[in-house]
Amino acid sequence: MSAALLDVDHVGITYTVGGLFSRRNLRAVDDVSLRLEAGSPEILAIIGESGSGKTTLARMILNLAAPTAGAIRFLGADVTRIRSNRERMAFMRQVQPIFQNPFEAFNPLKRIDRYLFVSARRFAGAHGRADIDARADKALHQVGLSLAEVKGRFPHELSGGQLQRIAIARALISAPSLIIADEPVSMVDASLRMSIVNLFKALRDELKVSIVYITHDLATAYYISDRVLIMQHGKAVESGEARAVLDHPQHPYSILLKNAVLSPDDAGKPMSPVGVS
Amino acid sequence: MSAAGPPQGANSSPSGGSEAAPAASVGAHQPSAAVPSSAADVKPATERVLTVRDLRAYYRTKYFGVSREVRAVDGVSLHVDRNEIYGLAGESSCGKTTLVKTIVRAIRPPLGVVDGSVTFNFAGRDRDIYALTQNELESIRWRHLSYILQGSMNVLNPVRRVRQSFVDFAYRHIQQPMPEFLAQIESHLDRVRLAPTVLDAYPHELSGGMRQRVTIALATVCRPDFIIADEPTTALDVVVQKDVLTMLREIQREIRSSMILVTHDIGVHANVTDRLGIMYAGRLVEEGRTVDVIRNPRHPYTSHLVTSLPRIGDVTQKRGLEGTPPNLAAPPTGCRFHPRCPLAIAACCVEAPPLIDVVPGHRVACWVTAPLKEPVIAQ
Repeated sequence: MSAALLDVDHVGITYTVGGLFSRRNLRAVDDVSLRLEAGSPEILAIIGESGSGKTTLARMILNLAAPTAGAIRFLGADVTRIRSNRERMAFMRQVQPIFQNPFEAFNPLKRIDRYLFVSARRFAGAHGRADIDARADKALHQVGLSLAEVKGRFPHELSGGQLQRIAIARALISAPSLIIADEPVSMVDASLRMSIVNLFKALRDELKVSIVYITHDLATAYYISDRVLIMQHGKAVESGEARAVLDHPQHPYSILLKNAVLSPDDAGKPMSPVGVS
Repeated sequence: MSAAGPPQGANSSPSGGSEAAPAASVGAHQPSAAVPSSAADVKPATERVLTVRDLRAYYRTKYFGVSREVRAVDGVSLHVDRNEIYGLAGESSCGKTTLVKTIVRAIRPPLGVVDGSVTFNFAGRDRDIYALTQNELESIRWRHLSYILQGSMNVLNPVRRVRQSFVDFAYRHIQQPMPEFLAQIESHLDRVRLAPTVLDAYPHELSGGMRQRVTIALATVCRPDFIIADEPTTALDVVVQKDVLTMLREIQREIRSSMILVTHDIGVHANVTDRLGIMYAGRLVEEGRTVDVIRNPRHPYTSHLVTSLPRIGDVTQKRGLEGTPPNLAAPPTGCRFHPRCPLAIAACCVEAPPLIDVVPGHRVACWVTAPLKEPVIAQ
C-alpha cells in the first residue's frame, strides 16, 4: 500500500492549564485518526461545536502545533520530524492554509498583491518580475479574478468575498496537494458564500487538490464534502461518507447537531423544542 | 407603503388601484403614500408599537474639504405590532445595524438622521424618539425599549460580577428594595435556565452561550415593550444557538413584547420571526409574513438568497450572486440591485422602484416582478 497523502494516526494533544496549585491537563484533541489517500482528491469536512478541537487539529496538520500523542504523516514522513528549513519549505509548498476571517488574514497596511508575489517567489521558485506576475495572475484566474483587478489594492478596498478568493489564490500559487481551510466561509456574506464553496469543488475536481474543510455549518458540509468527521470534546464521535452520515446520523451528538440546524424550510412551522442546555 | 400607511383594511383600495395602473403612475403614487396622515385617524386592529416613516440616516464625513456621504439607511418605512417579531435580513454593510441603531436613537456623529421619523407607542402614548429630551430617553430605555447589541457575548463589564451588571442596568427601573429586586432577578434567570450562582460569577467564567443568556435576561428583566436584538446568536454554534433562540422567543411570548431581530441567517428568520424585511443597500426591498417571503419570494434578491442556501438532503448545484455589494457612498442609480440582477430591464437603471403591496401585507420593490402579481391582488 502506498503512503497516504495525509495520515493522522491516533493523534492527541494535552495542554496544561491553571497555576501552580490548580494545575490540570486539558485534552484538546484526543485520539483522532483520519486518512486522505494520495491520487484521489477529496473534501473532508471536520464538523463540531466551538471548543471541540477542530482548529487545534488543523494547526497540528499544518505543523503549527506538535501533537503530544500519536503521529501525523504527510506522504509517509512524520511532520514533527521536520528540522531543516528546506524540508519545512517543501512541506509548506504541499500543504497550505486558508483562515476564517479574510479581513484579518491580510495586513491592512500592505498591498494585497505583495502576498501573492512573496508566495510566488518563495514557494513557486519564480524569478524576475514577469515570471512572478504570471504565476500570481494564473492563480488569480483559478479563483475567477485577475492580477489587473488586484494589483496595488489594499485589503480595505476589496469585499470579504474577494479577499477570501485572494487568500485561496495565494494558497494555490505553490500548487499544493492539500489545503486546510478553517471556517473559510463563516465570515463571508450569504450571497457570496456559495461562490466560494463552489470554488472548493472546482479545486478538487480540476486541480486535484484535497481539502480539509473545517466548519460548523452542516448544510455547506453536506453540499461539498465527500467525507465528514464529527468531533465533540476533542474526540471523533462519528465519521464516514458525508451524505450517509448527515442523512442518518447515528451518534447522539451528531443527531443533536443535525436537529439544531435551522432550515429556511421550517418557515411557518412551530420551532421544535431542544432538550439540552 | 403599508408600513408607513394605515393597516390593511384602509390600505387595500388605494394600493389595489395603483397596482392596476402602469409602473410610472405607481411611482407617482408613492410619495403621497409615504406621508400618511391617515395613520393616526384610523384605529388599527392590532396595536402598533413602532412606526418608522421614510427614515434616512447618513454617515457624513468631511476631511480636508472632501465631504463624503454614506447613505446607510435610505428611505425605510416599516411598522411592528405588539407581540410580533419582525426580522431584518440582508448581507453585511446593507444597513441593518445602522437602521436599528437609528431606531433606538443610539447614534452619534458622523451618523445622523437626515429625514423621517421613528415613533414608539408605549403605554398608549405616541412618542417620537427624536423629540424626547435626554431624561425622557433615559427613562424609556431599558424600561420600555431594550437593545441586545451585536457581539453581545462581550458587552458585560469584565471587572464587575454579573449581579452588579444587573444592578447597574435594571435597579433604577424596578421600583423595589434591593432584596426583592435580587429575588426577581433570580426568578428571571430561571426562565433562561441559569442557576442563581451565575450572579456571583465574572463574565469570563461563563461560556459564550451562558453569557448570551445573561444578556438576554438583562434585556428582558424589566419586561420591556420593545426589544431589539442585533445578531444575538451569530457567534454561537448551532446547538447553543437553537437553545438561545428558543428561550428568547419564549420570553418574548410570555411578556408580550415586540421585537426586531437582525440576522443574516435566513434559517433563523424562518424559525423565529413573524414578519421579515429584506434589506439591500440601505433600502427595504421586500417585506411580508416570514412564510410568504421565504416560500414565495418576489424580489430577485430575496429569491436568490433563499434558493442559494444549501440544505441537508439537497444536492442540486447552488450558485453565488455575481458582482459585488454596492458602495453606499456612490450607490448605483435607480434600483440599487440592478447591476447584479438577472431580471434587470432598462427602467431599473433609471428610477428606484417603490415598495408596493403585491398582496396585502407583502410588499416588494421591483419594476419587473411586483407588477406581474396583479391577478393575485384581484382575488
